[in-house]
Amino acid sequence: MPAPAPGRTVLDARDITRALTRISHEILERNKGASDLILLGLHTRGVPLAHRIADGIAAVEGVPVAVGELDVTMYRDDLRSQPTRRAHKTQLPSGGIDGKVVVLVDDVLFSGRTIRAALDAVSDLGRPAAVRLAVLVDRGHRELPIRADHVGKNLPSARSERVSVRLAETDDLDEVTIS
Amino acid sequence: MKHLLSIDDLSVDDIGAIFDTAAEMHDVQRRDVKKLPALRGRTIVNMFFEDSTRTRSSFEIAGKWLSADVINVSAKGSSASKGESLRDTVLTVCAMGVDGLVIRHPASGAAHQVSQWVDAVVVNAGDGTHEHPTQALLDAYTLQRRMGSLEGRHVVLVGDLTHSRVFRSNVLCLTKLGARVTVVAPPTLMPAGIDSWSRAVGFETSYDVDQVLPQADAVMMLRVQRERMSGAFFPTAREYTVGYGLTRNRLALLGPDVPICHPGPMNRGLEIAADAADAAQSVVLEQVSSGLAIRMSVLYHLLAGEEA
Repeated sequence: MPAPAPGRTVLDARDITRALTRISHEILERNKGASDLILLGLHTRGVPLAHRIADGIAAVEGVPVAVGELDVTMYRDDLRSQPTRRAHKTQLPSGGIDGKVVVLVDDVLFSGRTIRAALDAVSDLGRPAAVRLAVLVDRGHRELPIRADHVGKNLPSARSERVSVRLAETDDLDEVTIS
Repeated sequence: MKHLLSIDDLSVDDIGAIFDTAAEMHDVQRRDVKKLPALRGRTIVNMFFEDSTRTRSSFEIAGKWLSADVINVSAKGSSASKGESLRDTVLTVCAMGVDGLVIRHPASGAAHQVSQWVDAVVVNAGDGTHEHPTQALLDAYTLQRRMGSLEGRHVVLVGDLTHSRVFRSNVLCLTKLGARVTVVAPPTLMPAGIDSWSRAVGFETSYDVDQVLPQADAVMMLRVQRERMSGAFFPTAREYTVGYGLTRNRLALLGPDVPICHPGPMNRGLEIAADAADAAQSVVLEQVSSGLAIRMSVLYHLLAGEEA
């Protein structure tokens, strides 16, 4: 059994499942179906979230949705002020992203800088018809004019607080805490 | 890690991190837009005091694909040819605000010496007969992609060991990654003192290529460096080929899946027959594309992070 995270639990496993189910429905509704849809999970925890949303969409529509992985390490604007980060895998569904509706999936939306980097990365990879953003938690404190299209939970937080997302795929349990 | 001067500077974890990033860089080579912004605003100077095609262009493309500004300085056409000392040339270039220096020099230890003089990150792109760390990294990376792990795999290096910096970096890198390494050369091209070095590092030596090749999981042919030879190291080129070249007959001693590496440039017909160089199991061109990925990775790890 994994050790409990410090702080207050704001989403438990059932809350996360419900939020992701709702996001799956919202994406389908906005896209008017699952055609030409690609979910791109941002490393690290965006990837399992993208897969779960894809499963949710498949359960409703009965068709599989393409899922890819996006690593934005090289596109970050803080590379020079941090120790070197290890790059992860970027993997697109076969056929690429040209002309597709790409939904970026991440766990927490905070300053918006990761999403800015992701938008740069996406534009290097192809030219999607549209790019949307789905996040499990939006904690505010944006530093760039970026907002999410689909939000699991809006979580007002102080800048000094720490929001931790743990997922079964990476951390052995589903939980969002704030401390 | 501030500089990359020798494979000895790297831990197994460092090499793993370089390989992981290189795998991502490899994917970039297949993209329409072969550009990442990671080194935007950084300036890298390639200083090549020896002729080179693949290493220099590989470092140049690697830097450019990472969005660094890259310029090339070669001995011919630079003030070095007017008699300027290495120290003055390097300090002059660095006074222009350079972040990284990639240096190739005919003197062993030149890169280490340069790293003492400058604040910029120094990458050794070959110093005399001492080391060529990025070549060893790209060789090990190429073999690892072909064979999975190098742990326990038998890699055989054949050729002019005395004059080879590639050999020195490679035995350090391959043994560090757990490979069993055997080096083969005629007695005249076996470096002095190799016995104690082989015991310290943990590799084997042999004079008999025909005996070793059938046990190889991978073979690496090394160039006969005639430009570094001041004396006669073997009677004739023909005799070297008969004794140590990877000829058509010796190719038959290798399994069909045993990768054949050569750091290039190849002396076809001398150390490697055209049949072997062009064989399906030859990974010579794969080494070149791996080299680009490895150099992108090395430049990223050395230059992207926190400023010193």
